[in-house]
Amino acid sequence: MSAIAAWSRSAMDWLNDRLPVTHVWQRHMSKYPAPSRLNFWYYFGMFSMVVLVIQLVSGVWLLMSYNSSTVTGAFSSIEYIMRDVELGWLLRYMHSTGASAFFAVVYLHMLRGLLYGSYRRPRELVWIIGMAIYVVLMAEGFLGYVLPWGQMSYWGAQVIVSLFGAIPVVGEDLVTWIRGDFLISGITLTRFTALHVVLLPLVLIFLVFLHIVALHEVGSGNPDGIDIKRHTDADGVPLDSIPFYPYKVLPNLLATAVFLLVFCVIMFFLPEAGGYFLEHANFEEANPLKTPEHIAPVWYYTPFYAMLRAVTYPLFGIDAKFWGLVVMAAAIAILFIMPWLDRSPVASIRYRSWPSKLALGVFIVSFLLLGYLGVQPVTELYSLLARVGTVLYFSYFVLMPFYTSWEKVKPVPERFE
Amino acid sequence: MVGAGGVAGAAIPFLVSWQPSALARASGAPVSVDLTKLEPGTMLVAEWRGQPVFVIRQTESSLGGLEKHRDRLADPDSEQPDQPEYARNSQRSLKPEFTVLVGICTHLGCSPKPFFEVQPEPFDAQWQGGFFCPCHGSTFDMVGRVYAGVPAPTNLKVPPHRYLSDDVLVIGEEDAA
Repeated sequence: MSAIAAWSRSAMDWLNDRLPVTHVWQRHMSKYPAPSRLNFWYYFGMFSMVVLVIQLVSGVWLLMSYNSSTVTGAFSSIEYIMRDVELGWLLRYMHSTGASAFFAVVYLHMLRGLLYGSYRRPRELVWIIGMAIYVVLMAEGFLGYVLPWGQMSYWGAQVIVSLFGAIPVVGEDLVTWIRGDFLISGITLTRFTALHVVLLPLVLIFLVFLHIVALHEVGSGNPDGIDIKRHTDADGVPLDSIPFYPYKVLPNLLATAVFLLVFCVIMFFLPEAGGYFLEHANFEEANPLKTPEHIAPVWYYTPFYAMLRAVTYPLFGIDAKFWGLVVMAAAIAILFIMPWLDRSPVASIRYRSWPSKLALGVFIVSFLLLGYLGVQPVTELYSLLARVGTVLYFSYFVLMPFYTSWEKVKPVPERFE
Repeated sequence: MVGAGGVAGAAIPFLVSWQPSALARASGAPVSVDLTKLEPGTMLVAEWRGQPVFVIRQTESSLGGLEKHRDRLADPDSEQPDQPEYARNSQRSLKPEFTVLVGICTHLGCSPKPFFEVQPEPFDAQWQGGFFCPCHGSTFDMVGRVYAGVPAPTNLKVPPHRYLSDDVLVIGEEDAA
């Protein structure tokens, strides 16, 4: 053994006695048993980590030129970033494209979970932590959208903060407390900046850490829903697995390159995405006296926004707007209990029959329909469609315990075929 | 237990600091509005406490039509306390000719748009003139009374106001009772 190798080995020993470097590397990379047969749906978790890094780095760099000390300063500092800061436009488009990309990959990542039953025992906590990440991400996206202080920033904040006013008794005081003023003002802006830039990113990083630790504790799922730990070799390594490093790292890097290519095409050529990523009204400074002609949230909130608007009947002597809030909150909350709604003996959609496939199809259609309605103005027909969409959305979850326990399932093979 | 109490106590300064600051509480003086240039059937928007306040000059026909659609309204007689006592009448105003409303939808705080023409609209085939909120589709009549079956629960608020003279309206002050 050469002197250099001997020296580096003793250096590693010294390090490992003080910090579990080799142990962590083996546990999470070189000896982590990844299922040997995965498909493209399993890349979106990785992509969301890539976007998280993009958002953290571009966000810190934007903060170097953003000014939230006054409302006019906030709006004009965005113009300053776009026009005067060297490559400032690129940093901003990176961050705004990143926001939409984040939700796109997270929605696909969640759909993967619904397709293959990723939320099922023993991965309930992985799913619940993931849902918490999604909720924090929604808050983070909303707060970030307020910072440029355009018309959509202002009126979006007005609507979302007013949602809390729908809570009986304490609502009005709660709204004043959140705003720190009797209207959305510079005081609201600076506290939203602090939350968006410091507090929520910390929470997000912590939750992502927990998500991965919990996943690596129980092991990754697979499209067949087979428990690969049931057949292991003499060392306890699942037969249907391969080490994550290097066998899964390479395809992941390749997929990430493709993803970044798509990301760059949008960032360079379609950063506004026709008003869906950056809304046109937001190029105008906030005017508290005038709501834009047409207001709609950014695309990733529109399904829930459509549900909020769909509820127009008071019930039990409480305002319709409170029930709209309840429906919207329930639409998200019901996802948390997925592991207990699914009673099927098999995990993957591949071994289920038509009721599950139909239900999932109806769910996807209703989600897309509501997403479309959420960006459209209100008409009598669209209000009716939004109610139908809301009922279909919830029926996927509410009926799940019944159709998953009644339907016939196909036999699941012991190992990958 | 003591530790939990300590943590709860330590949270107080962080929660209390979110209340409106002394500076925020101090702003909000009354504003006066010149009514001489306001034509019948039009409105102007004044700013009071950072909020839009609509001042509408009604026409004979808009006041005459107020009873026609009363069965479609949620609170036609303004029974909810969304206006000062002196504006709790069929026109919801001190003077029938002028209607003063806080231009903030009672649903989620958007500013409704005036649609004063009596004609079929995409959001209401039997539209009688009034306000439409572009955010969530709530509708109000010419004096800010909310239609039934829309997301907004209550009528548009009438702010405290008084007249200094026939032509000058003051928003944010009232005549001593």
